[in-house]
Amino acid sequence: MTTLAHSLTDSGTMLRRQLLHLRRYPSLTGMLIGLPVIFLLLFVYVFGGTLGAGLGGDRSAYLDYLTPGILLFTVAGAAAGPAIAVAMDMTEGIVDRFRSMAIARGALLTGHVLGSMVQSFLAVLAVLGVALAIGFRPNATALEWLAVAGMLAAISFALTWLAVALGMAADSVETASNTPMFLSLLPFLGSGFVPTETMPTGLRVFAENQPFTPVIETLRGLLLGTGIGNSAIVALAWCAGITLLSYLWAKRNYNKRAAR
Amino acid sequence: MTTTVTTRPAISAAGLRKAFGTKVVLDDIDLTVTEGTVFALLGPNGAGKTTMVRILATLLPPDGGSIRVAGHDLIGDPDGVRAAIGLTGQFSAVDRLLTVQENLRLMADLHRLGRGEGGRRVARLIERFDLGESARKPVSQLSGGQQRRLDLAMTLVGDPRLIFLDEPTTGLDPRSRHEMWRIVRELVAEGVTVFLTTQYLDEADELAARIAVLDHGRIVAEGTPDELKRRIPGGHLRLRFTDPHSLRTAASVLGSAHRDDEALTLQVPSDGDVASLRAVLETLDGVRVQPADLTIHTPDLDDVFFAFTGGPAIASDSAPAAASALASVPASKEIR
Repeated sequence: MTTLAHSLTDSGTMLRRQLLHLRRYPSLTGMLIGLPVIFLLLFVYVFGGTLGAGLGGDRSAYLDYLTPGILLFTVAGAAAGPAIAVAMDMTEGIVDRFRSMAIARGALLTGHVLGSMVQSFLAVLAVLGVALAIGFRPNATALEWLAVAGMLAAISFALTWLAVALGMAADSVETASNTPMFLSLLPFLGSGFVPTETMPTGLRVFAENQPFTPVIETLRGLLLGTGIGNSAIVALAWCAGITLLSYLWAKRNYNKRAAR
Repeated sequence: MTTTVTTRPAISAAGLRKAFGTKVVLDDIDLTVTEGTVFALLGPNGAGKTTMVRILATLLPPDGGSIRVAGHDLIGDPDGVRAAIGLTGQFSAVDRLLTVQENLRLMADLHRLGRGEGGRRVARLIERFDLGESARKPVSQLSGGQQRRLDLAMTLVGDPRLIFLDEPTTGLDPRSRHEMWRIVRELVAEGVTVFLTTQYLDEADELAARIAVLDHGRIVAEGTPDELKRRIPGGHLRLRFTDPHSLRTAASVLGSAHRDDEALTLQVPSDGDVASLRAVLETLDGVRVQPADLTIHTPDLDDVFFAFTGGPAIASDSAPAAASALASVPASKEIR
């Protein structure tokens, strides 16, 4: 077998390991679905009347506005999973076992990333299901749905690598479970829940230029037909940048920690 | 090496060095491990045993030295080394979220064994390590001894020719400990080479064909358990007589013996080999005295350990400092 074939086989094996973990602990996935669903219901039914009026519509208009942000909130929340899982692996002897075997170097981390993306997608589907059930009415074509999936995959890939890097950099599992939390805040400090125009200047500048906003605007445009402009390009650039830096950081830490 | 070894060595290291920052952990180590034998690296906590295992198992790069493991150059061909070895580290290397069977399957898949062969090996190992009843249990529900057995079983999935066991019985109860010893003996009988670290002298004595005593990053003694014991002063013959007259007669011809009139015994310094034994008996024959019984006391490995690591048994120039270091009561982890 060639190196590439080995790499694929081993990554597949490591992905199966992660899927077994998911199956053994469905409560974690449940939590990753539960929180965004609660936020969705809270914002639509408690704040939605007022916020919808602020947008010049009603509660159902706010549901449409909110859903893309909630989807991203779901993806961001799911990033806590791999951070914890990686930190757990690093504190146990099993990583030494893997490293003393002739397996493809990147396979362990790739398994974590792919497993976490599967988890993210399950969560996104569940949250989207709830949104549709309570009246979310997107007008996306099949092609646009595909683009939505692609956009979510790209940001999920980027955030998962970031989480893997954070998990690798954390000294303990507790730290690893806390550090990715700031990701869940970012949709609030962007265009996820309310338009950025109403924010004070300093915050507005941040909100309009942080990576989540172009992702939300792209999703919103694809799902609801609002203008996308250059958001898609900016979003993809952010995803690529975050992925690359996180990948390098994670890999560097993996080699460094392993060599202690 | 002057001994004639027909098989190639499983491990050969020359001038192996490792330092963490300014702290030298392994200092110019030379060692050779013969294929199909147990080699024990004996030393107190912090001597550098785990660092040595981590280097030989490709987890840690050495600072210098030429090292071949399982026929492959450690630096030039680490994947070749990895394909031939198995490592059971000091810390449990099992996946606690998976079941026993899933853990073993994971190893089979990582060795790319394929469904059929992988399944067969997993089933064999479950049987052999008596894990059948817990095969479908998550590892977190196993006892310490069972986890240790699973740990070793996982190491064996790839059928390694050389395995590293880093303190395999630390923390195990006596029954599990003897079980582990039995498994190690079986492996060696199958031709597997075992590189073992331990701080238990009886374990090294029990299992190893050769022992190296590691202290402060240096090998301070190496040899078979018997060779090491012979190199230690303190060995003697103990002769018991039936009457005071025989005792006095024997004492008068045996020179430097220590006489105990109460117990009617004589202690004669001896390294316990046949020639010196015969000399003593011939001397006694010459004066027509026969001891009622005779025991040979060879120093045990505790004596060896303390002598070579400068412990309390024998005073050497560095003894006081070394002795206190050896005592190291809080089980301080070795540098990893």
